[in-house]
Amino acid sequence: MELLHAFFIAPFVEMWEFPVFFVEVIINGLLTGVMYSLVALGFVLIFKASGVFNFSQGVMVLFAALTLVGLMERGVPVWLAMILTMMVMVALAFAVERLMLRPLVNQEHIILFMATIGLTYFLEGFGETLWGSNVKPLDVGIPTDSFDFHGVLLNKFDLYAAGIGAVLVAGLAIFFHKTPIGRALRAVADDHQAAMSVGIPLKTIWIIVWSVAGIVAMVAGIMWGGKSGVQFSLSLIALKALPVLILGGFTSVPGAIIGGLIIGVGEKIAEIYWGPLVGGAIENWFAYVLALCFLLFRPQGLFGERIIERV
Amino acid sequence: MLYREAGQFKTSYTADQAIFPIVQDRWFILAVLLVAYLVVPFVADDYFFEVVLIPFLVFSMAAIGLNLLLGYAGQLSLGTGAFMGLGAFMSYKLLTAFPDLNLIVVFLLAGLVTAAVGLLFGIPSLRIKGFYLAVSTLAAQFLLGWMFTKVEWFYNYNPSGTILTPPREMLGILVTSPEASPAVKYLVALTMVAVFALAAKNIVRSRIGRSWMAIRDMDIAAEIIGFRPMRTKLTAFAVSSFYVGVAGAMLLCLDLDAAEGAEAFGINISFNVLFMVIIGGLGSILGSFLGAAFITLVPVVLTNAPQLFGIAMPTDVQKHLEVMIFGGLIIYFLIVEPHGFARLWQIGKEKLRVWPFPY
Repeated sequence: MELLHAFFIAPFVEMWEFPVFFVEVIINGLLTGVMYSLVALGFVLIFKASGVFNFSQGVMVLFAALTLVGLMERGVPVWLAMILTMMVMVALAFAVERLMLRPLVNQEHIILFMATIGLTYFLEGFGETLWGSNVKPLDVGIPTDSFDFHGVLLNKFDLYAAGIGAVLVAGLAIFFHKTPIGRALRAVADDHQAAMSVGIPLKTIWIIVWSVAGIVAMVAGIMWGGKSGVQFSLSLIALKALPVLILGGFTSVPGAIIGGLIIGVGEKIAEIYWGPLVGGAIENWFAYVLALCFLLFRPQGLFGERIIERV
Repeated sequence: MLYREAGQFKTSYTADQAIFPIVQDRWFILAVLLVAYLVVPFVADDYFFEVVLIPFLVFSMAAIGLNLLLGYAGQLSLGTGAFMGLGAFMSYKLLTAFPDLNLIVVFLLAGLVTAAVGLLFGIPSLRIKGFYLAVSTLAAQFLLGWMFTKVEWFYNYNPSGTILTPPREMLGILVTSPEASPAVKYLVALTMVAVFALAAKNIVRSRIGRSWMAIRDMDIAAEIIGFRPMRTKLTAFAVSSFYVGVAGAMLLCLDLDAAEGAEAFGINISFNVLFMVIIGGLGSILGSFLGAAFITLVPVVLTNAPQLFGIAMPTDVQKHLEVMIFGGLIIYFLIVEPHGFARLWQIGKEKLRVWPFPY
């Protein structure tokens, strides 16, 4: 009885009694959710356009952040370092398309998935051989101090992250819907063969998607790296982005955003109100279990395309 | 010339349905087993046993388990590491709670518990498919991994959170604990793997295995012609988890001797076993062995290569290079032979049949 009370009544009472704290938890959750969305966005872009479940997105975040920090440590100014990192990510996209995707074209999805895990190991080793593996602080000039907003404590850095995330998503939306390349990308996402038959070069499209995903990874890397320092554990946020992905649906950009927000808020609330009851550190699996429960009702995620199967 | 089935007539249905219908295959398997039992224990040294042979056998077992699920039933799971962990922790609990229980029985019971939990995590597969399923099996990975560190019952409430295998004997010979001779551990592992590989080979030829393959090839069509998807998918999860659980128990008792929950059974193990299955060959028991051999050997070779060539480098650089080369090799193998070693083996046999006159 006491246990039931602790699980089902006490947390809600606590929420009711300290509404300001509750709001703070929700806002923090939303802001963390934006960061998850940023990583999930890279997954969605690549999955939509090439059907590749790109596990290496997380390590691309790490690689981009490592490159950026490495360049800045050698005295390159921030803006130049960012441009150079972008160029590195585009070069990486070229290399991946040429050396990995092209020979594996038409293989089963699982083979491509495994290849991206191989790429994960490769990039992890490569990045750390190149730039070293110690924790590096990343400071690109975003303020990190907290301030009080009607009694709710907020961190400026998180707000900036949310703002940049919003700008990025808006930019991508315009890119996808208004530019000729964006239209070609959507055509490829709809149907590879039909797109090829109207003359859309598939290989170029793949390079573009991987480059865009690389740049999204860089932005995510700056945000996460600024928050917790650039280190190996950065690549593990890919594992945080996966539940976001299945919650929102693999093929939906709005899904990645809303999924990220749901996971961010759910995770924070569970950790703070229920976490202590079961021993804490439930953040690692809570998102997965939450996503799993959603999936049982909508197997294609919240915004994924309806799966139609025919014999 | 040497390898051809010409002249081998089958005069009964039993002969026609034999596991290895060709005489040369039978001799080959027999020879491999004889060498493994009679020659290897005398020529290998302790380092070779501990670093190469025992991990190879243990991971072959896990790879067979995952191959049953992924290669035969077509359900992708990324929770292998946690299920191995569950097997390991269960064997530890059983060994400490029932000191007189036979080690083999402990392995089997640990496998059964894992099978039950695997069944539970297999239930979503009835509704969720493909990569959605793969990601949802990660829920098992992280939930179990969390429990191994937070639920103290798993490690008998000891403050360090690590589990140590207690010494146990079989037929009067010490088998577990660090003091036991590696050769003995190797023989126990070899026997387990040989028996279970044979069982797996038979399962996939039986009605169960065929229903798995029907579900794998197209589950809706299979359902329409009368396979029950629920029963088929759940048996696949249960049998696969059983194998993986036994492998986990063997990993703890015969290889590691001591383990710490989240560290030893993390997601890297899941990926490694998945690599073994893919690089070995989906839907092939032999492939599981070849894949396990490859994935266990490559890191050992990479670790020892710099000393062999007399290149000195800092350990952290070497570690990073190892990871990098490992990833590169995997991509390379996937490009060269996406169907894995089993396919190469098959091609080799075809070539051998027409040798030395290929035309």
